Amino acid sequence: MSDAENQSTYGKCNNPYGHGHNYTVEVTVSGQVDEATGMVCNLVDLDGFIQREVLDRYDHQNLNTLKEFAGEVPTTENLCIQIYEIVHRGFRQAHLERVRIEETMLNSFEYAGEE
Amino acid sequence: MVYLTRKAEFSASHVYHNPEFTPEKNCRVFGKCNNPHGHGHNYTLEVTVKGEVDPHSGFVVDLKQLKEVMHREVLDAMDHRFLNKEVPEFLHRIPTTENIAIAIWQRLVSKLERAKLHRVRVYETPDLFVDFYGEA
Repeated sequence: MSDAENQSTYGKCNNPYGHGHNYTVEVTVSGQVDEATGMVCNLVDLDGFIQREVLDRYDHQNLNTLKEFAGEVPTTENLCIQIYEIVHRGFRQAHLERVRIEETMLNSFEYAGEE
Repeated sequence: MVYLTRKAEFSASHVYHNPEFTPEKNCRVFGKCNNPHGHGHNYTLEVTVKGEVDPHSGFVVDLKQLKEVMHREVLDAMDHRFLNKEVPEFLHRIPTTENIAIAIWQRLVSKLERAKLHRVRVYETPDLFVDFYGEA
């Protein structure tokens, strides 16, 4: 896009110095309750996976500088899809239902895979 | 398909009253909400739209445009109003949270560019909300 198109599409978000958010990510998984443990999956495993594969990757980073966003704009839509795909590919202990991200108190995004 | 939700708040007052009911029936059915002087809520509105991510912009919808539509079509009409007297939909329909959600859906559904309206959620209080997904 031209500079003018970038400015009119993205407004304040086109600030070349960048801007930040406190994102909240919700990962929803589903499954049957295991009779022995009473759990759908062990939250320690899910937390560990999210910490290693999602938070260590994205937290306190400038998203535009990451290889994950070399070919696409780091909108929260695209971030949501990326996190979904990371969890879908790598977490096997339960079925991934959706990933939801709160960008601000007023804006949130959800992706549940291809429909 | 990505779902995007935008929140907004508005404050409004209303009375629950059906003129075809007797006073006793209005009191029995609507309780405190039948107070003829009205009572108010701080409503929270969540508008959820859905669509594919545009490969050029990375957006499902232009949030600025969605915000403007919500203000123009809903908030400017309902915020700080007495719904029963000041909002046309409620001159002859009780402004319950159910009917508010339906009215908001009807105001928004044809006004969106690119994305499709998926759900309107209206919180009357933090513990009570209504979802409307359009007619099935």
